[in-house]
Amino acid sequence: MINWLANPARFMRLSAKAVPWCSWTAVLVLAVGLFWSLMVAPPDYQQGDTVRIMYVHVPAAWMALSVYLFVAVASAVALVWRHPLAEVAARAAAPIGAAFTFVCLATGSLWGRPMWGTWWVWDARLTSVLILFFLYLGYIALANAFDDPSRGGRAAAVLALVGVVNLPIIKFSVDWWNTLHQPASVMRIGGPRIDISMLAPLLIMALGFTLLFAVLLMVRMRTALNERRAMALRLNAGAIPAPRPGREPVVSANTVVP
Amino acid sequence: MAAFLGLFRRDLSLALRQGGDTGLVIGFFVLAVVLFPFGVGPEPEVLRRIGAGTIWVAALLAALLSLDRLFEADYQDGELDLLALSSLPLELAVLAKCAAHWVATGLPLALTSPFLALLVDLDPGAIATLFASLLIGTPALSLIGSVAAALSLGARRQGVVLSLLVLPLYIPPLIFGAGAVEASAAGNGARAYLLILGAVTLAALALCPWASAAALRQALE
Repeated sequence: MINWLANPARFMRLSAKAVPWCSWTAVLVLAVGLFWSLMVAPPDYQQGDTVRIMYVHVPAAWMALSVYLFVAVASAVALVWRHPLAEVAARAAAPIGAAFTFVCLATGSLWGRPMWGTWWVWDARLTSVLILFFLYLGYIALANAFDDPSRGGRAAAVLALVGVVNLPIIKFSVDWWNTLHQPASVMRIGGPRIDISMLAPLLIMALGFTLLFAVLLMVRMRTALNERRAMALRLNAGAIPAPRPGREPVVSANTVVP
Repeated sequence: MAAFLGLFRRDLSLALRQGGDTGLVIGFFVLAVVLFPFGVGPEPEVLRRIGAGTIWVAALLAALLSLDRLFEADYQDGELDLLALSSLPLELAVLAKCAAHWVATGLPLALTSPFLALLVDLDPGAIATLFASLLIGTPALSLIGSVAAALSLGARRQGVVLSLLVLPLYIPPLIFGAGAVEASAAGNGARAYLLILGAVTLAALALCPWASAAALRQALE
């Protein structure tokens, strides 16, 4: 599979077909998920309608973590096998992951204000997600910091692997420290501790976010590959020696054309 | 082993003979801490409350300031290529350079900290804890910093990229280092914090040389 996908031309052909399908599915799933979670799902007996923030906050948090994992795995594949698409994929995914992390932090802050009475607390879960956001920013900055883009890609790949240390800290921060943030209630041993009427729209939203990520990733990868192709074409065009001045008749404004 | 010690001695004598390095770092450290009383006012209660955190943050920034010299000069003059070709594994070379960097910056920072602690009116128990926490924590700063320094070799605006990479990774030592002093000032034992800080340093000791060496290899390609 990995080798079969290692052909950028094949990827371009496949993704050209996949992008419209995935986009429409993502739009459909997100529409159903948003309608269900904002209109149909019951309000919480304590939190009232505020609980609906969860349907954006929790999937965004899941995506923030899994996109980082994706970036790290793609970076490892790029470093070990020099897979030509893995580096493109990692670099394309990082800004999307940073955006999901930002959405997670922003909605969490909006949710914290009515529930905890504060926009922000320096709690282990919140702090570790903030560090994740900075890791994304560091990755993006490092990937673009070199004149030679492949050098930036490799340096950023090493950084992505170093940052993996943060993932288990985020996941287990609510169990290791006694925090204001609630412990895991969906992915826990013994099954989810959340009613099916809320779990169903949550999972649909998660599916919608995943599809959205897939679409954005493919579009960004296609753009990156096209950009690379354009660069190569321009370099090739530049490599043909330009006519030296003086050899050819110079046509200026006051040359009289017979 | 001889190569390891030789590299350590060379880096250390370069850092000490050029003189500027250690002096600049300490000067920055002192100035940064001294700025805070001007900013928050000279009341001893306020200073005592924020003192430990201030000193730790200043130490982080001072360590950050010296990181770009860890590999940069050797990268420029080709020394790093020779190191990569030598029989000494690059991981051990990184370790030797980090050790020299720590002796030239981290250790002086820890030694200066008790005097700065007097300026912010910490009590003797807290001063001892601060000294211990810096002694335990600064090796982690050199080791984690070496990864970022290696990654950003040859980058445009290296200093900015370096700080963006390294400051998030410095948060764990900062939390437990400043937490230890806080706990000791509040009368709770600082032991747990110091032990976790030690664990952070040991983990950095085990992992960072590999990451730095990988980063150096791809920089030299």
